[in-house]
Amino acid sequence: MTNANHHHENNKTVKFGHFIVNHKWLVLFLSIALSFLAAFGASFLEIKTDYRVFFSEDNPQMLAFEDIQDTYDKADNVMFVLTPKDGKVFTKQTLKTIHWITEEGWKTPYATRVDSITNYQHTWVTPEDEDYMLVGALLCIPDKTADIDSECEHEGVTEQMIDSLTPQQIEQLSEIILHEPQLLNRMINPDKSVTAVNVTVQIPSDPDLEGLEGKARAEKQAEILTAVPKITAFARDLRQRIMERDPNIEVRMTGVIMMNNAFAETGQNDMMTLTPLMLFLVIPIALFLMLRSISGTVSSVFVIIFSIVAAMGGAGWLGIYMTGPLFSVPTIVATMAVADSVHLLVTFLQNMRRGMNKNDAMVESLRINMMPIFLTSVTTIIGFLTMNFSEVPPLRDLGNTVAVGVAWAFFLSVTFLPAIMLILPVKHTINEDNAGNRTMDKLADFVITKRRILLPTMAALSIAIIAFLPKNDLNDEFVKYFDETIDFRVDSDYTADNLTGLYVMFYSVKSGQQDGIHESKFLDTIEAFSAYAKQQPEVLHVQSYGDVMKRLNKSMNGDKNPCYELPKQSLDTGCNAVLQEPDEEGVDLNTRIRELTAQYTLMYETSLPRGMDLNNQLNGDKSSTRMQLSLKNISSKEVIVLEEKFAAWFKQNAPGIEISASSPAIMFSHVGQRNIYSMIEGTAIALILISIILGIALRSFKLGLLSLIPNIIPMAVAFGIWGIFKGQVGMGLSVVMGMTLGIVVDDTVHFLSKYLRARREKNMDQAEAVRYAFHTVGMALTVTTIVLVLGFLVLGMSHYVMNSEMGIMTAITLAAALIIDFLLLPPLLMLFKQSEKVVAEPVGENA
Amino acid sequence: MRLTLLKSTILKPAVLLLSLAAVLPFNLNAETPEEKGLAIAKEAKARNVGWGDSEASMEMILRNKAGRETIRKVRSKSLEIQDDGDKGLSIFDEPRDVKGTAFLSFTHIQGNDDQWLYLPALKRVKRISSSNKSGPWMGSEFANEDLTSFEIEKYDYKFLREDEVDGDKVFVTELYPKYKNSGYSKSISWIDQEHYRVRKIEYFDKQDKLLKVMTFSDYRLYLDKFWRAHKQLMENVQTGKSTTINWGEYKFNVGLTDKDFNKSSLKRAK
Repeated sequence: MTNANHHHENNKTVKFGHFIVNHKWLVLFLSIALSFLAAFGASFLEIKTDYRVFFSEDNPQMLAFEDIQDTYDKADNVMFVLTPKDGKVFTKQTLKTIHWITEEGWKTPYATRVDSITNYQHTWVTPEDEDYMLVGALLCIPDKTADIDSECEHEGVTEQMIDSLTPQQIEQLSEIILHEPQLLNRMINPDKSVTAVNVTVQIPSDPDLEGLEGKARAEKQAEILTAVPKITAFARDLRQRIMERDPNIEVRMTGVIMMNNAFAETGQNDMMTLTPLMLFLVIPIALFLMLRSISGTVSSVFVIIFSIVAAMGGAGWLGIYMTGPLFSVPTIVATMAVADSVHLLVTFLQNMRRGMNKNDAMVESLRINMMPIFLTSVTTIIGFLTMNFSEVPPLRDLGNTVAVGVAWAFFLSVTFLPAIMLILPVKHTINEDNAGNRTMDKLADFVITKRRILLPTMAALSIAIIAFLPKNDLNDEFVKYFDETIDFRVDSDYTADNLTGLYVMFYSVKSGQQDGIHESKFLDTIEAFSAYAKQQPEVLHVQSYGDVMKRLNKSMNGDKNPCYELPKQSLDTGCNAVLQEPDEEGVDLNTRIRELTAQYTLMYETSLPRGMDLNNQLNGDKSSTRMQLSLKNISSKEVIVLEEKFAAWFKQNAPGIEISASSPAIMFSHVGQRNIYSMIEGTAIALILISIILGIALRSFKLGLLSLIPNIIPMAVAFGIWGIFKGQVGMGLSVVMGMTLGIVVDDTVHFLSKYLRARREKNMDQAEAVRYAFHTVGMALTVTTIVLVLGFLVLGMSHYVMNSEMGIMTAITLAAALIIDFLLLPPLLMLFKQSEKVVAEPVGENA
Repeated sequence: MRLTLLKSTILKPAVLLLSLAAVLPFNLNAETPEEKGLAIAKEAKARNVGWGDSEASMEMILRNKAGRETIRKVRSKSLEIQDDGDKGLSIFDEPRDVKGTAFLSFTHIQGNDDQWLYLPALKRVKRISSSNKSGPWMGSEFANEDLTSFEIEKYDYKFLREDEVDGDKVFVTELYPKYKNSGYSKSISWIDQEHYRVRKIEYFDKQDKLLKVMTFSDYRLYLDKFWRAHKQLMENVQTGKSTTINWGEYKFNVGLTDKDFNKSSLKRAK
């Protein structure tokens, strides 16, 4: 080391080293103070519990969805799925419980609507007067039928009224429910063994902030952030109360609110369990094994902790919200920060073991490591910054936050770490562990002698694995963002299997003119579409205004069964007979049918109680209607296929009608797809950028170009392996490429720089240079890779699938990168024997 | 259908005397807030007694959250009934498809209101169940119960405080509905002290959260005695939707009788 060339930068680095040695307390104080300043930003961090954060403001599906939400009522909900253990929904006891839950459901914060089979608003006529249309909740049917002046409303139903129901009456009520297309396969299954109470809530969201300022704005903001936790707490308490009240009922909870909550809560739990595991177990043990120094381990853990808090603080300063992916920041930053500390301390401790005094050992360690640590930090930061190409704002936030953490880890590794090491006592054992290096030497010998076999073998193996890459399908199913330990996932799967799907599609079908929905042609279209949609095996239920109109038409015609048709079709069966007579004013039949239909709607609308109105299906001027399709749990690819199929249907069968389709399922499907393409683009740009940086740093255009191979192949191999075992690529995985790129490059940098040093400074031939590279950095690379792999495997334990897959995939990529750096890169370097010598000479002179 | 609050009353001399006594200043301190609230309601009712019958047209503007508007036009006839709720007849002019549809209601202090709807396309009068008072009226932010005639017996009262609205002194009173099937847990009304006109009402949902705010403006005096607001704005603070009702000129004593408010008069109403 003493005969090292004194480059210009080295002089500067040495000066920097001496500064730290001479002002260690000042440096220590300043670095801690700055870290605290950065960390202070964390006080601005707020958890955002809204799945809409996954979409940028100009996301077209989200805009369409917001428009649908604003035109009709919002569809955010909590669904209580009820399974009586005796398998029967229609018993007095269970009906009482459902009725009670329905009433309690109204007390949910922000509730605007509660739907259940017991408050379903039925229409029928009295036997005495067929011109008296009764509208009432299911449980009021017997009472109102007996006494047409009954004031029975849903909340007025008493236990005695339910107790006095005869078996025939209960049977009659169950028949009504099963014959109502609005309810079957949505609120009750055909076996009558599972039902649901659906609470619709209107939670405040960001658009509500518009026009607010100062205190009012801050209050609204606070309300937005607390709405979901408040509703969730209420719903969980209600679930508890239901089970205490009626032990016969199993209660499960799903819906958009529960999904929102799962996003936030799962991430939070991860942070509470995985981060301590990382900080107090995995990392200290790994560090101690590498460093064999307690003070070094403790100091490094401090570097890591400060880097994490600075990263989180940085997120706060940047105005970033805490969302699911952000909760993985501590684990990722911790993992990334380890390497910097290790490189610096390993050299420092080695120098001391070789008899240098503490101060010189530190200055020398800084001199040797400053450039590589800086370079690898820069490439890592570039890698994480590629996440800014993502379509998904939280993933951008993740990249930027980790980038802050990585930058801070670099800063602390060259300021705080040397300063505190100089202050703390350092015990150095004399025995230098050479077992590792001997293993590396053996590996080097193996690689050099078998290079003619290794090169084709590794190439063939890589290609074989990469061949499985196309087996990966893009999929962003939001239910599957959570693993089977999360209640939301389990309950949603159960609901999809036994009752109805959480994946829905909303179709806003627009006639383009006021009251246009009452045109026969329009109603025929939605009826036909409803029928077509029901034919699709993926569709479980279709909510259509056509079904409401058929039932109304029946009730308005004395409840005669043949009149269960749309008004126009029912003319054939003798219903609405007055329309058969010629109109005295000569109005044509179509207009008369339209007017009739409009008047039926008006009549029905006038009779519905609060929270049961038609605003969820019809817009204000009755020009458009919202249809809701409930789907099985299908992949996002299938969602898009279905969406295209339906769009084609409308184009072909109703060219004049404008539709707008959206829903969370559609939004996630599209964003996942767009995200992967933008991430590939971002990664490609980063790859070029990093190759240029490498070329400049290594002062070899050729090696910069060659470095592409060990940088790209690990990603491709990892996705190949994923294709073999898993085959589903979601949002979380799309960022792995960019993220790992920055880390994979580090290995390449270390290996190539040592190789070049041997070639240029020590004039070794290629085989010797490879051996030198193995000897000097082989062990360090192996150990840091193990730490990284372990760290990301800890992330792999997350119950939040987006984070856990990201962790596992990163671990695979990094492991593959090390193998390729060891087994494929050296044979490649030796392949360019003849030409390399020519290039090496002038570079050697420069060095 | 009755479309402003505090119009008709059960007028009994004793009640009137009591209510007048109740608002006399020297008596104020001795009252409980409940008594004072009731007294204010009685006085407001008392000031709106004896208008007989009236006619007016209205325009209803429905606004959704995105600001898109829909317009409805209705003509309305009202008949004051002693000892019970008023009778009302509304004839729809717009939207065009429901033109000629007529809505007849007999509001009652106790029990369900009686409601009939004449559907011109069907050429038939249909009776409709009216136990749902909480639902939206014609898709607007006004519920049926916001539009039916004000009757003292429908509520319990509690006087809260005095306040000011646009420089006018007001009483602020809480009202708790006593009738079945109300959509509200309570409402708070601001009534000016000079004329006992309602200036604002806040409606609270069953969870006791603010749901809607109705403001009255453009009050005009008829027959030297009766104030009528020509603009009513109902804003739903939970959904961001709102509805404005603009009233045309009122005509009083147009000679309406019971005969103009029955099933057969429905068909004739055009």
